[in-house]
Parts: sequence; C-alpha cells; structure tokens
Amino acid sequence: MSEEAKHSEHEHHIVSPKVYGAILVALLVGTALTVWASYVDLGVLNPIIALAIACTKATLVVLFFMHVKYSSKLTKLTVFCGVFLFLTLIGMTLADYVSRAWGQW
Amino acid sequence: MSDSHAIAESAHETAPHAGHEHPSYLRHHFESVEQQADATNFAMWLFLLTEVMFFGGLFTAYLIYRNWYYPAFVAASHQLSIPLGGFNTLLLITSSFTMAMGVWCAEMKKKSGLVLCLVLTLILGLGFLGVKTVEYSEKFEKHHVPSYHYSLNSFLNPDSDEAAKASGDKPMALDMARHTEVYFSLYFAMTGMHALHMIIGIGILGFMIFRAQAGAYTSGHVTFVENFGLYWHFVDIVWIFLFPLLYLISRH
Repeated sequence: MSEEAKHSEHEHHIVSPKVYGAILVALLVGTALTVWASYVDLGVLNPIIALAIACTKATLVVLFFMHVKYSSKLTKLTVFCGVFLFLTLIGMTLADYVSRAWGQW
Repeated sequence: MSDSHAIAESAHETAPHAGHEHPSYLRHHFESVEQQADATNFAMWLFLLTEVMFFGGLFTAYLIYRNWYYPAFVAASHQLSIPLGGFNTLLLITSSFTMAMGVWCAEMKKKSGLVLCLVLTLILGLGFLGVKTVEYSEKFEKHHVPSYHYSLNSFLNPDSDEAAKASGDKPMALDMARHTEVYFSLYFAMTGMHALHMIIGIGILGFMIFRAQAGAYTSGHVTFVENFGLYWHFVDIVWIFLFPLLYLISRH
C-alpha cells in the first residue's frame, strides 16, 4: 500500500534545457581538460587522471542526460547494481592476473 | 470455461474499450501510464546493463594487454590522431546534447523542435562516422589492420613514419613490435563495435524522424524517444572512455 502511494508520488520530472546546456559545457570542458592533461608527463598518474575525468563525465551524462537523478528508486538501484557488478567482475579478473605468472613467458 | 471465454472474446471484439477510458498507447496489461513508463524504462536499463558488460569485457582485455605489452601499446597508440579523435568527441557530446533536447521537445510537445533535434543528432552521428572512416582508411593505407598484410614498419623503423617520428618513438625489438597488432585488434574491435552501435542508432533515428513528423511522439507518449535517448547517451559514454584510453593516455 505505502509502496503504491509512494510510487504514484514519483512524478515525471522534465529536465530543463538550462541543465542540459550546463552539462554540455561541463562535458566540453572535461574533454579539453583530458586532452591537455594527456600532454603533461605525470607518469603513472596519467591514466588515472584520464579515467577520473572520464568517470566524472560519464556520471554527468548518466545523472542528467539519462535522467537518473530524477528517476525512480528502482532505476537508481538498477544503475548502481550494474556499475557494482561490472567493477566486481573487473576486480576479480584483475585479482587473477596479478596473482599468477601469466605473461611471464 | 470455454463458453465464458468465447463470450469475453466477442465482447472484447465489439467493444474493446467499453467501461474504461485510457490513452490509446496504454497497453491493457498495465494499470496506468506511469506503470507502463516505469516498466519500459526499467527494461531499457536492463538492456543497457548487458551492453555495459559487453563493452566492459573489451575494456578489461585492453587493460590487461596494455599492462603486458606496454611499449607496443604506447607506440601503437601514437598512430592515432588526437585532433581527429578530439573532434569526434566534440561531435558525439554535442549529439548527446541535441538528443537530450529532443527528449525535452517531445515532453513539451514541440513537434518541429523535436524533428530539428533528431535531424541534428542524425547529422552529428553521421559526421562522427565520417571522421571514423577517414581514420580507418589511414590504417588500411599503412597496413595497420591486423591481418596477413600487417606491417611492422612504423615500429621497427619509426623514422620512416611521420606519426612515430613526431612522438619520438625508438625502434622496437621484433617480438615487442609484433604485439602492436594486439593493440590494433582491440582498437578495431572496440571502435568497430562502437561504430556499429552508432550505425544502428542512426537507423533508428531515421525511422524516428519520420514518425516524429507524423506527430507520434508529441501527443504525450514520449517513451520511445526517451528510451532511444538512453541508448544514444550510453553510446556516448562508451566513447567518453574509449577516447582517453585509446588515444590519450600514452601520449606524454
């Protein structure tokens, strides 16, 4: 019952063009930033910074362009589960590769 | 049982909407338009998660091979053009913006605005593929496509290759140079699968432009435009990761 009441409370939110414009600018700035950062020699930090910027950009796209910030809890949970499962699988794969003599021949 | 079923059937045929009023786009197995929209949105996200896993596998392979054959991957990535890749990133991010605006137009029931946004998205998508064609053809010319005709020249004699020379590459030992082919295999697999998603998206966009002109999405039923938007933004996100990983991180 309370679930249903809650559900109907969740109204369809229309994101305004201003928000979309701001996200577009943020994404373009992020792109410029990541190109610039790639020319600076930071050693091991280079790929980490590139990935950090890419993750930030992807988060902006998911939250605003894909409306997850304004979506139902079900959608939010689904997205979170997907990211969590993906990271788990990568983590388990890498755990295998760093703990064996793969590639030593 | 069969009798009552038959009666129900015939009653259904004669008066399909007797006793209940609802929009024509609401399917009978849903209670409300909101429930239908939520269910469709959920299904779309589940599909996108399978896509995340699919591309995720490719990214994981790239991560592992890059660590194994690091010098080969660095030298091979110097063969990509950052100006072209950067320009493509701009095109794709802008197309995501026009798509988002398209969803807004559909929600606000602005038909001509929606058509304009969809056409712009289509053009930007085609522009992306055009630039990709230029990049691919250069790889074919230099025999950097993994195959029997793959050429190691750019990596064994970097001075003979403009891109390699500009990056200050040193001549590589033969066994490491051969691993540049692994880089290009992953490059073509990842950007190729991404481009295939773009092509499918552009096909659906073309279909949607005709439907939008007929007013299909501006009468209150925006689910199709919304879910296509999710797909298009997902393809954008894949490129947001492909661009730095393939083009940028070995550049300094």
